[in-house]
Amino acid sequence: MLSGIRRYLIRKTFVYVLTFFSAVTIDWLIPRLMPGNPISIMMSRFASLPEASKYMYSYFMESFGLDKPLWVQYINFWKAVLHGDLGISTYMYPKPVADIIKDALPYDIAILLPAITLSWIVGNWLGAIAGKNKKLDSFLMPVFYFLTASPYFWFAIVLAYILGAKLDLLPISGAYSYGIMPSLSLEFIVDFLKHWILPFLSLFLVMLGGWAIGMRNMIIYEVEADYVRYLEALGASEKTLMKHAFRNAILPQVTGLALQLGTMVAGALTTEIVFSYPGIGYILMQGILNQDYFLIQGCFLVIVISVLVANFIIDLLYAVIDPRVRFSFTEGE
Amino acid sequence: MKSEKLRIALKNRKFKVGVAIIVFFALFALIGPLVTPFDQLGYYPVKLHKMLLLKRSTPNLPPMSHDVIYAPGREINVTHYLGTDSFGRDLYAQVVYGLRNSLIVGLIGGGIATFVGLTIGFLAGYRGGWTDEILMMITNIMLVIPTMALLIIIAAYMSTRGVIIESIIIGLTAWPWTARAIRAQTLSLKNREFVHLAKLAGLSDLKIIIGEILPNITSYVFMVFILQFGGAILAAIGLDFIGLGPTRGISLGIILQNAVLWNAINLGYWWWAIPPGLIIALFITGLYFVNIGLEEVFNPRLRRE
Repeated sequence: MLSGIRRYLIRKTFVYVLTFFSAVTIDWLIPRLMPGNPISIMMSRFASLPEASKYMYSYFMESFGLDKPLWVQYINFWKAVLHGDLGISTYMYPKPVADIIKDALPYDIAILLPAITLSWIVGNWLGAIAGKNKKLDSFLMPVFYFLTASPYFWFAIVLAYILGAKLDLLPISGAYSYGIMPSLSLEFIVDFLKHWILPFLSLFLVMLGGWAIGMRNMIIYEVEADYVRYLEALGASEKTLMKHAFRNAILPQVTGLALQLGTMVAGALTTEIVFSYPGIGYILMQGILNQDYFLIQGCFLVIVISVLVANFIIDLLYAVIDPRVRFSFTEGE
Repeated sequence: MKSEKLRIALKNRKFKVGVAIIVFFALFALIGPLVTPFDQLGYYPVKLHKMLLLKRSTPNLPPMSHDVIYAPGREINVTHYLGTDSFGRDLYAQVVYGLRNSLIVGLIGGGIATFVGLTIGFLAGYRGGWTDEILMMITNIMLVIPTMALLIIIAAYMSTRGVIIESIIIGLTAWPWTARAIRAQTLSLKNREFVHLAKLAGLSDLKIIIGEILPNITSYVFMVFILQFGGAILAAIGLDFIGLGPTRGISLGIILQNAVLWNAINLGYWWWAIPPGLIIALFITGLYFVNIGLEEVFNPRLRRE
């Protein structure tokens, strides 16, 4: 049994290591592939600061090592990445990119983790209800589809406009008020939560639509399946029927979680911009607007690695809840 | 058989509603620009000798406002159907040209993604063996790397970007799930008798794939294209919103980015921040409706009416 899981995980890990390798290579390759000279654009920011300009120039030459052969540049890039050195931000000079990202990442986790897990749970629950109740379905289904069709950040704009600007219920900018210093005081926590609600809620609602639709369709399929018909013929209660249908329907939803992660993270990036919420998305846009290429590259790597890690956790989870995974990988022995 | 399916489709309410929404917005994007004197950025172009002056209106006008534009020697009365932004630019013109660009990105980007996904899925599924292993390895890697992150890093290093380039890079990053789905379909078809028969007849792989396998999954391919179409539009609007859209011209994402950057939400200018996204959300809901309608047509188990 256990060796089945192990073989499944070894296979998955292999794909993930290869993906990480590709991501770092893309991160290295794209700037060298594209026409134009990003370094001269970045250097132009320091035209009025000769001291910084000199330092940055030597830094670029050293880290990019543009005078060295390509394969040396490539190996140096790997060395830097593995040491957690993502370069220096030109926009927030002289702050290292790794530090900026380290400060931003907790905010992403704070809105993404609850939004994903809660939307998954509530969405599956609502989808199952819609799947078995035709009347409710005809009303709920268009709502689910509209939610999932909305661009994340646009839905955030709508909520910010109605709940923030019009009704003045919640703050719509930043992670906490200007006058307050981050601490573990009750005042700060309440303030933080108030700022957290809208970014969380807009992600939660858009994600919810997708999960509900997936679950609804699966339930409709499962309810028609032979095993449910058989149970029905045996006189099982509707509750028992639904329990079995739900159990089978939930598995593809776990796979869906892995497939949708990238889109959901992208949704969070844009949502943060709407609320000036200081996560990776907000930082990334600052980087783009100010042509801070190290910052953009650093954000790319961190986003990819986070999604990889999350995918790995979901794979682990899947192996635990779906017995077929264990069996299919033990078969060969 | 074909007409039978069409008859069922035309009876399906979701399908009809979806088609109505899509046709409405497609016509809007096609005809809409004809009824506005403003250019795609919302300026009023005035010809003066050989120069082209770009005139603005009063900033922050709500929808259906009338305004006067002062050109040398004359006064022009204009109506702003969707109001103006904080720079006095007409929003109706921006939205309608932006929608046009969104649909172009959807068609080209979605088309490329579907085509690449089809090709890779067919090859991997039909050939099997090493071809399959390698193609699926690439697909799985691409599937885990978030498309948006990939788009960002590519677009960020392009100094000039147009709508077509944007469509192409979106199309070239969005194909992996399609490749996987088409591969699965091909696997289930390739051991059927008619395929074996075609092989015995000495047809080439390409001819078998196009002549024998493809016709069996056209409806499926069409539904994949609809999803890719919507996906490309959503990817583009997100990319434009974070500042990596077309460097010249307008898009719905750029309008929304401007709205957020210039504080339209706080200032209560809803006509700037809400309509561009609402149009996209409705349009994509329409696409989904066509898709579920078709699914119900081809898969009677899903029918609920």
